[in-house]
Amino acid sequence: MQSNAALEYDYSIAKLFTYTTILFGFLGMLVGTLIAAQMAFPELNYLIGEYGTFSRLRPIHTNTVVFGFTVSGIFATWYYVGQRVLKVSMAESKFLMAIGKIHFWLYFVGALVATVSLLLGYSQSHEYAQYEWPIDIVIVLIWILWGISIFGIVGIRREKSLYISLWYYIACFLGVSMLYLFNNISVPTYFLTDGLGSVMHSVSMYSGTNDALVQWWYGHNAVAFGFTVPIVAMIYYFLPKESGQAIYSYKLSLLSFWGLMFVYLWAGSHHLLWSTVPDWMQTMGSAFSIVLILPSWGSAINMLLTMKGEWNQLTENPLIKFMVLASTFYMLSTLEGPIQAIKSVNAIAHFTDWIPGHVHDGVLGWVVFMIMSALFHMVPRMFKREIYSKKLIEVQFWIQTVAVVLYFTSMWIAGITQGMMWRAVDEYGNLMYSFIDTVTVLHPYYAIRALSGVLYLTGFLIFAYNMYKSMTSSKQLTEEPQFKTPMA
Amino acid sequence: MDIRELQGYASFFMTIFLVIMLYGYIIYLYRSEKRGDRDYEKYGNIALDDEVTSTPVEDKPASQRE
Repeated sequence: MQSNAALEYDYSIAKLFTYTTILFGFLGMLVGTLIAAQMAFPELNYLIGEYGTFSRLRPIHTNTVVFGFTVSGIFATWYYVGQRVLKVSMAESKFLMAIGKIHFWLYFVGALVATVSLLLGYSQSHEYAQYEWPIDIVIVLIWILWGISIFGIVGIRREKSLYISLWYYIACFLGVSMLYLFNNISVPTYFLTDGLGSVMHSVSMYSGTNDALVQWWYGHNAVAFGFTVPIVAMIYYFLPKESGQAIYSYKLSLLSFWGLMFVYLWAGSHHLLWSTVPDWMQTMGSAFSIVLILPSWGSAINMLLTMKGEWNQLTENPLIKFMVLASTFYMLSTLEGPIQAIKSVNAIAHFTDWIPGHVHDGVLGWVVFMIMSALFHMVPRMFKREIYSKKLIEVQFWIQTVAVVLYFTSMWIAGITQGMMWRAVDEYGNLMYSFIDTVTVLHPYYAIRALSGVLYLTGFLIFAYNMYKSMTSSKQLTEEPQFKTPMA
Repeated sequence: MDIRELQGYASFFMTIFLVIMLYGYIIYLYRSEKRGDRDYEKYGNIALDDEVTSTPVEDKPASQRE
């Protein structure tokens, strides 16, 4: 390692992933809004033939927001935070710069091909694991490149201790590696049927209940290691840095980390309550889900207490507002999830709209808010320009907050109504309602959800515009701000 | 006893074992800080003072730097 007086952090890779975060965020949310509208107004299914149906678009929505928006956000923040907390610039290693560039371009081209493959109808038919085997292989390569980047830069670091955010990024890397490999072990149907099947279409190596168990061990932990762990990594860096306050308790962050690692992996079977998996496993999934409140709230409370004595920043700095609301939504959804995992509650909640309601208060309120505030913090430092407009951030904040509240409240009401109607019986034990009765009752709530989608997407467009202007034409900064992000 | 039951018992005892490990870790953290061996809270400053020219909170020994 050379010592160089003019050494600076190299943000070229972080910038590239910032662009894809915004691009895939927009695409994912656009499709999400469209399919929410399709649920309320089914005629919208027939706009562009087979390519515009709910069944074709829904996987594109989920995969684009998970593997497009969120994963881009994880990579963008990693290439920013990783260097800073290790106090080493990527520019110090030509090898790591090259790996970073290959990582980005393979990711970008792979993500586009993957999206087109879903549009054309190639699917393994496993939720959040729809990509067919050739794309799985590309994803594994992308992940390995990220691993080389992580451990490469850790290897040349100046700071001996790994900051808590790094623990979370590494856990994200290891967790997703394990989950993705095990759940995507599959075989093309061509080889199973003496040539009658397809080389492109594969089926899982597991079958029946085992397949379901592996799938939901994966599915739930995709939430754990994609939507929780790396986002906690972000807030542990960006909230202290933006507010100028060190984490309230570093020890609590370590405890919460191990608590989360210990508990999360066992909770997945709550997706299979009341189904054909062993009863002890269902009970275990329920019990671990409830215990999961502790480490989740450990992190969230630690974040809120970081603002102790500095709550005035909430009114002065909209980024603090975004992050505090993000951790509050994290608390809400990590309380709601365990409630839904209680067997008796699940008997009503399972298969109802309460479940997407839960997912979206977590994702829209926690994941997207946190990633957007991270980018708001990073862009002025990467492009050496202040944020273009504080007013636009405020407008965006309120539009999107109202949107999230509309989304989850409408889905709470819809879900519980649905669950109750499905179970209602008359005095002779006959079901009181047919399925279409529930659809009629739920229509207004579906319309509210579609409206909330439009609002959230509008907020995201305001964000994208503010980002674009901040990158290109806002006032230049002469020196890097230490804590609070400057904005016009 | 079939394989399913065995899996259940294995899961139960592994849980107990991991709970003991986790609580052991908590006790270890607080004890080592109380004895003055470690100061965990100083690591919070890694995020605040993170210029490439900043002095590391804990320097990597020169022998490991090359």
